[in-house]
Amino acid sequence: MMQLIPPAIAVLGGLGFAMAAMLVWASKAFHVETDPLVDALIELMPGANCGACGFPGCADCAEHIVAGDVTPDICTSCDAERFELIGELLGIEISTAEPTYPVILCQGGTNCKDRYDYIGADTCRAAILLAGTKKACSYGCIGLGDCVRACMFDAIEIADNGLPRIKKYNCKGCGSCVRECPQQVLTIAKEHGPVYVVCSSHDKGKYVKEICEFGCIGCGICKKNCPEGAIKLVKALAVIDQEKCTQCGTCIDVCPRNAIVKL
Amino acid sequence: MMDIVTPGYMPHEALFPIVVDAMFTKNFLLVMFLGLCSFVGLTTNSETSKGMSMAVTFVMTMSAILTWPIFYYLLKPNHLMFLQTICFILVIASFVQLVEFIIHRYSPPLYRSLGIYLPLISTNCAVLGVVLLNVKEDFSYGASIVYAFGAGLGYSWVMLATAAVREKLIMRGVDLFNGFIGAFFAAMMMALIVVSYFSVVKL
Repeated sequence: MMQLIPPAIAVLGGLGFAMAAMLVWASKAFHVETDPLVDALIELMPGANCGACGFPGCADCAEHIVAGDVTPDICTSCDAERFELIGELLGIEISTAEPTYPVILCQGGTNCKDRYDYIGADTCRAAILLAGTKKACSYGCIGLGDCVRACMFDAIEIADNGLPRIKKYNCKGCGSCVRECPQQVLTIAKEHGPVYVVCSSHDKGKYVKEICEFGCIGCGICKKNCPEGAIKLVKALAVIDQEKCTQCGTCIDVCPRNAIVKL
Repeated sequence: MMDIVTPGYMPHEALFPIVVDAMFTKNFLLVMFLGLCSFVGLTTNSETSKGMSMAVTFVMTMSAILTWPIFYYLLKPNHLMFLQTICFILVIASFVQLVEFIIHRYSPPLYRSLGIYLPLISTNCAVLGVVLLNVKEDFSYGASIVYAFGAGLGYSWVMLATAAVREKLIMRGVDLFNGFIGAFFAAMMMALIVVSYFSVVKL
């Protein structure tokens, strides 16, 4: 047995040394200039390669963050301290000083008539695949909760009125729900914020009146009364230009359908 | 001291049964349950599982090419067969690292689609399993390469099939297929299908 030890050391040591030498040479010979910001960010990432962000590893995620495709808050492994370091590096504030959260641009839910009784897979996407939406309004919220499942922070629930409700104390404003919503009735708004027409329907006013209690009928009263000229009608739907809006609230008072709210 | 017998370069074995064995009857994921980390982690998305399958097939074939000479010309003549595991891991990991350097330098698109998976495979048990089985079965050099390539193909089809199933079912919100438990449930169903099919239909 003893005579096996020298060859074992020689073979394994030699092999290891040869491989190490080859890698040292290769890392010099095939050196690639990488973005130093990406490298620095990779150092700061948790390095768990958990894949919760949707990218195969932390390095890939860091590249996308630097490229601006995603924000660092898609990382669920980072704690506040790490976020602070990453924010310092990238020169951005991650722990949202001005909190953002989603707004549902629909007041339908139980206020909006159903077209048919839907029995099937409990997701909005599946319901759309069947025969358009189950609601009479083809623009509104279906209320089967794709946004609830998309939320990683348990910040959305479907309320009794059949619409999603945001739990603001849980919401991180990451926008997962906005990206997930197949009807695109969700949008990100800032806190202390703006006035929104909470309806997405481009249907004609008469039809909207028939099916929904709160839908925008495109009457244009808000447009006439707005002192800033910030409202325009897009295919029978009032749209507020958030740049011009001063949040005076005139439109909220004059809207005959209560379809405009201040958040 | 026993005689040193080298199986030879050219395959004398029948190659078709070796390929079928590697791809189906002794499938690495479903029958031997090797390489499950990547199976559980990446089959929620067919794009990533495609990249991983390509990378694993490539690394398996290349490590078979590399490890066979090391075993028969370095370890066996010195009676150091007990060092095979650590030597193979060393060789595979360094090779994977080298390949990563090279494609990072010369083919950034390939690096983006493949290179990110390479570090994940360097210690993948399926890759080590292939080279250890090559040695255990006394395959010739040609047959060991064919076996490794077949094992890679077997890994690939299971990854792609499971990813297709899981992607659809997760989209429809079937919770059974969501998460780790769902992945193992999917693996169980696929394994049942493969194992029972090839125990009824004899090759």
